[in-house]
Amino acid sequence: MSTALLEVEDLHVHFSVGRGRDRQTVRAVDGVSLRLERGQTLGLVGESGCGKTTTGLALLRLVEPTSGRVVFDGTDVRALSKRDLRAWRRRAAMIFQDPYASLDPRLPVGESIGEALDIHGLHQGKQARRDRIGHLLERCGLHPRVADRYPHEFSGGQRQRIGIARALACEPDFIVCDEPIAALDVSIQAQVMNLLNELQQDLGLAYLFIAHDLAAVQHVCDRIAVMYLGRIVEEAERLDLYREPQHPYTQALLSAIPIPDPVRERERERIRLEGDVPSPIDPPSGCRFRTRCRAVFDTCERIDPALQEVTDDHRAACLLHGEVGTPVTS
Amino acid sequence: MSSAPGPTPDHDVGEDAEVVLSVRDLDVSFGTKRGRASVVRGIDYDLHRGETLAIVGESGSGKSVSTLALTKLIPIPPGRVTGTAHLGATDLIALSEEELVRVRGQRIGFVFQDPMTSLNPVHTIGRQLTEGMRHHLGLSEADARDRAVELLAKVGIPSPARRLDDYPHQFSGGMRQRVVIAIGLSCDPEVLIADEATTALDVTTQAQIIDLIAELQADLGMAVVWITHDLGVVAGIADRVLVMYAGEVVEQAEAVTLFARPRHPYTVGLLASLPVLGDTERGDLAAIPGLPPAPTSLPPGCGFHPRCSFRSDERCATERPPLREVAPGHLVRSFYEVPEEQSRRASAAARIEIEPPDVRDEGVA
Ligand SMILES: Nc1ncnc2c1ncn2[C@@H]1O[C@H](COP(=O)(O)OP(=O)(O)O)[C@@H](O)[C@H]1O
Ligand code: SF4
Ligand SMILES: [Mg+2]
Repeated sequence: MSTALLEVEDLHVHFSVGRGRDRQTVRAVDGVSLRLERGQTLGLVGESGCGKTTTGLALLRLVEPTSGRVVFDGTDVRALSKRDLRAWRRRAAMIFQDPYASLDPRLPVGESIGEALDIHGLHQGKQARRDRIGHLLERCGLHPRVADRYPHEFSGGQRQRIGIARALACEPDFIVCDEPIAALDVSIQAQVMNLLNELQQDLGLAYLFIAHDLAAVQHVCDRIAVMYLGRIVEEAERLDLYREPQHPYTQALLSAIPIPDPVRERERERIRLEGDVPSPIDPPSGCRFRTRCRAVFDTCERIDPALQEVTDDHRAACLLHGEVGTPVTS
Repeated sequence: MSSAPGPTPDHDVGEDAEVVLSVRDLDVSFGTKRGRASVVRGIDYDLHRGETLAIVGESGSGKSVSTLALTKLIPIPPGRVTGTAHLGATDLIALSEEELVRVRGQRIGFVFQDPMTSLNPVHTIGRQLTEGMRHHLGLSEADARDRAVELLAKVGIPSPARRLDDYPHQFSGGMRQRVVIAIGLSCDPEVLIADEATTALDVTTQAQIIDLIAELQADLGMAVVWITHDLGVVAGIADRVLVMYAGEVVEQAEAVTLFARPRHPYTVGLLASLPVLGDTERGDLAAIPGLPPAPTSLPPGCGFHPRCSFRSDERCATERPPLREVAPGHLVRSFYEVPEEQSRRASAAARIEIEPPDVRDEGVA
């Protein structure tokens, strides 16, 4: 078996909220396992609050995992010392939904990109630095001249290009893209997706593509992982997931995505998911999806289903596929 | 009747139904430091009883302003509104602020994108729901509260009587949006304007809200103007669609026609650039190059010509194309129409290679 670029095993990220007697634990990420090959894109989808962003941040140790293993190209990321972590960070970057958040509004955008170079001691010397910044901007479809402008002078799509240029500054192998197109206009979304695609082809980048737009995810990803309440509930090749979703949550999620064809859209049956996602402070026992699942049966509250291979290279965590998992103790 | 295939709506929509809102020559501009910005430039439409009209377009294309301006929900000055908008026999544009207060919320209901900004965080939702009903419908406090409970139940809030005295932050995003809908509906409006009402929600919640508004619409017969940039949502709910670009309507047609046979280069470009579930292609998307223009620096000629890859000749750059009826009920603002074959190729229908999975069986396929 080839070694993956990134292997994540049983990752947990818990946050403490409240004080004293009111202290509670938010189980934002609660046992996530993932695998990402070099040069490939893994999609991570699920409703808001299910832990997608926290997973992305934890992979880069931008938040500290509570437990679990993150192995990047043979390196155990959680075991890195502070100093080694700094050096390692060169290899992984992140882009955000709102590039505003990652760009300092008081700095010309070229300086924001330059900062990323300086942190890693890359392209030192005034001219070399300026050339590199210009090159990165150009690579992302902007004129080198715009380096002197401030973030507010750009449109949302242009700012996202700057965010991408900044992420590329340290020549990473891996980029976590957290909802990179969600805030953009429809006609600009395609431009940014094409840019990400082109960069991947040219630079051999691997992406974790976090999004709630499953149509976009299906277009840009090789494989897709579906997340619910801190867990991966299904993982498969992109078309396989669409053709034969194996988890009731994935089935419901797919059926809720509107299709821009009135004929199909109006004929289609939907699975209605009632209510909201339960709180990650107190997730349901057994299968976490059981409170909203239309296929729920009595075992679902007694066994916490494990992610298991249900068809070739296609994994799901649902007891309908065999009662494999951890029995609930109490 | 609309010619939509699939389940036919059980309410009377389309040409035969009564016109509830008739907008003509609507212009909205703002005075700015860089001169007047024309944000909406000459919009016309009729909205029929029970009908859903979708307005689609990019941010800044004038979707929201064109509807906010109807009841002067924009600051005037610097804003300026001209044209007419007849709600029944009343021309809204000619009304005074005092008279408009009686229209807003009562004859026209609103549901905006962000429930946190449309709800007042320091008042209970009960108070916010009953305020309009007491004011507009003259209900007593007790009657208004009874009706508020009914409304909350109708929009699917569990144990509504107990939630009346809760504050907005005690609700989840989806539940807050339901409250906002309940407020929008509280005075039985003739027209409901939903502006990106589901954009901030998850698709699962979005599906709940869309079903809810459709049910209420069928029950109450109100007309809905649904503003969105999501063409998937439009495909599911709209009877007719207005496509806006740079403050103008560039195409207007029945939804089924617009998606199957778009004719304006912008509409075709938009549809072609969409990733579509079930399309197995992985290559580049057919993106529209460039950016939409700022309303302070609109290009001469056709507003879309700098980005148009279809023709964009001398005439497009200098002359403003008129809105022409190219087929019954199908209006296009372009000198050149995208030919049939190219237009069909852009449609999602032509690109879907894998059908949506059948979900009728419970559990595992
Ligand atoms: N620093 C934090 N402290 C407490 N709770 C947090 C923190 N960060 C995230 N959470 C909670 O963890 C859960 C997962 O959040 P997130 O990873 O942002 O989800 P997603 O990106 O899928 O929307 C949510 O319930 C969120 O409120
Ligand atoms: S384990 Fe049970 S509750 Fe969970 S998804 Fe499967 S059937 Fe539904
Ligand atoms: Mg997130």
